Amino acid sequence: MSMEFLVATGIGWIVACGIYLLLRGRTFTVVLGLTLLGYAVNVFIFAMGRLWAGAPPIVIGDGPFADPLPQALVLTAIVIGFATTGFVIELALRSRHDNGSDHVDARPDAAQGAQGAGPAAAGPGTGGGQ
Amino acid sequence: MVPALVPAALTQHLPVLVVLLPAFTAIALLLLGDHGGDAHGGHAHPRLQWARRIGLASVLLGLLLAAVAVAQAAGGVLAAYRVGDWPAPYGIVLVVDRLSAMMLLLTSLVAVPVLWYASGGWDAHGRYFHAMFQFQLMGLNGAFVTGDLFNLFVFFEVLLIASYVLMVHGQGGQRFKVGLHYVVLNLCASALFLVGVSLLYARTGTLNLADLALRVPMVAAPDAAVVKAAALVLLVVFGFKAALAPLSLWLPATYAAAAAPVAALFAIMTKVGVYAIVRVHGVVFGPEAGASAFTVEPVLLPLALLTCGVGVLGAMAAHTLERLVAWLTVASVGTILVGVGLFGSAGWAASLYYLANSTLVVAGLFLLAELVASQRGDAADRLEPAVPVAQPVLLGSMMLLAAASAAGLPPLPGFIGKLLMLEAASAHAWQAAIWTTLLGVGFLTLVGLARAGSLLFWHVRDDAPGSTAGASPKLVSATLALLAATVAMSVWAAPIQRYTARAAAQLLDREAYARAVLGEAGLGAQTTRPYRFPPAPGSASGAAPAGEGGK
Repeated sequence: MSMEFLVATGIGWIVACGIYLLLRGRTFTVVLGLTLLGYAVNVFIFAMGRLWAGAPPIVIGDGPFADPLPQALVLTAIVIGFATTGFVIELALRSRHDNGSDHVDARPDAAQGAQGAGPAAAGPGTGGGQ
Repeated sequence: MVPALVPAALTQHLPVLVVLLPAFTAIALLLLGDHGGDAHGGHAHPRLQWARRIGLASVLLGLLLAAVAVAQAAGGVLAAYRVGDWPAPYGIVLVVDRLSAMMLLLTSLVAVPVLWYASGGWDAHGRYFHAMFQFQLMGLNGAFVTGDLFNLFVFFEVLLIASYVLMVHGQGGQRFKVGLHYVVLNLCASALFLVGVSLLYARTGTLNLADLALRVPMVAAPDAAVVKAAALVLLVVFGFKAALAPLSLWLPATYAAAAAPVAALFAIMTKVGVYAIVRVHGVVFGPEAGASAFTVEPVLLPLALLTCGVGVLGAMAAHTLERLVAWLTVASVGTILVGVGLFGSAGWAASLYYLANSTLVVAGLFLLAELVASQRGDAADRLEPAVPVAQPVLLGSMMLLAAASAAGLPPLPGFIGKLLMLEAASAHAWQAAIWTTLLGVGFLTLVGLARAGSLLFWHVRDDAPGSTAGASPKLVSATLALLAATVAMSVWAAPIQRYTARAAAQLLDREAYARAVLGEAGLGAQTTRPYRFPPAPGSASGAAPAGEGGK
């Protein structure tokens, strides 16, 4: 199994998990989903410089070297992703504080029990599913 | 074209100044500190007074800079600014062409009245409003001048982060709930943006827009599939920002929940998406893109027509005035994108003219909606019979003017823009659909606004005492300024239309753009693709012709 196959399936699996979490009804899982999605995208950017073993991202003599640009891009993306994740957590906390619920649609928690605890809790008709 | 009294250093550094000015103002405002008030007060606090002065001075200076940029660009100057003097495809490059200059001026034209309006009291309802406003302007200006796709992403993030904070300005549970949706959706869009950008980089080895425009045509048929996929991923991202159907459903809830001046400023934010579509899909994946030419054409035009329909139907069904205006924003974006989807200089010219007009009208309508709502007691902006407003003549005539312009009645610029667009579509294969939609949207917009207007101003309940307090002159003057700007667009329609026509023609001239950004040497140079250097086993077999120059 080649390295490319492993990395590609790994990215795909993390994206799948990220999307599943993103579609849940509670803000905490949504934030986790966003974080996973961000990780997957960062690895994806990194892989766009192709996968190299033993190739530094600087020119040394005639030896092979990896593309430094995706590495620089990924750094920027990580920083931005970190900042936005911090913001979204704070926003989720404030939303919970002001609305009295950590449901993404700010549904009151009392309505939780009445509705089914389906696995996909993003639709307008379903509850939190926790 | 540029008056002689403008110093040469200013014109030379103009592309970076439009970004630095709001950036430094924002930092200064952060250092100045906040009035420390909560959601209710701090009106006369000296720090807030100073923040207002600094903010207003900065946006006025920004307006001046944007006017100089337009004057410079109107003369045909394509100003490329290499940050740190790094050569173009490698370093950061900022470019001001006619389209960028026009968008800068439009941003300033919206920002000045909106900030003036916000200084009438809205800025005291939360913390650091002025600093966030400037950061938002920095992101907007940066997105309009950047000459490379990754910096477009960075400036998108800057303007989005500022918009997240502005969105929840004034607070309240509803705003936090809608704000959370807005932030999460935008973060997903950002993730997709990065995927699209890196796919494009993987095949072409560059992210500079001028360089991309030269490299994308070189990608031959089998590999072009990857590049096309990248283009379509990016269309999802930009379409989401621009509220292109079916990705437009977030907009009405968000804009209706935001404070009026924030929503008015956001009117320009959807246009960033439109701008990016023109730059990337119009030019890079445009007529001369070889195997990837017209990648998005089969989807863009139908979706734009659908957006028009969705927007105007939403406006008909809206229960509040703010929601109605928000849906009209969607319909106007649809109309603009119909012009973009025509993929020709005539369509683009009409589109750009209509874009300028509709942004000003929508921003004015958002402010007007709040003025009306504040005089209707408990009913606020709900479309139901309520107490009469205190200033029926003033607000009513402003509403009439805005409605006529939004619906495209002559002699207002909305009419001119639509006429140009109908003309541009006259030989198109989709002519019937385009004409029907555009004319139908105009009619339904008029019906929707007439319904709202008659409910708000005529169906009044006389049994309840009306409010007597009129709006403050500051708020009225800000709203009037935006509406006056649309009338001015009608008065100076000929020069503006000439400008947008030239802007569209300049967009299609990829050679000149590349020459200005990359220099003569850059035209023939190959982008470095170090990872192709030794043909390593297992690494993807890059067949892009861009890879010869592996240094």
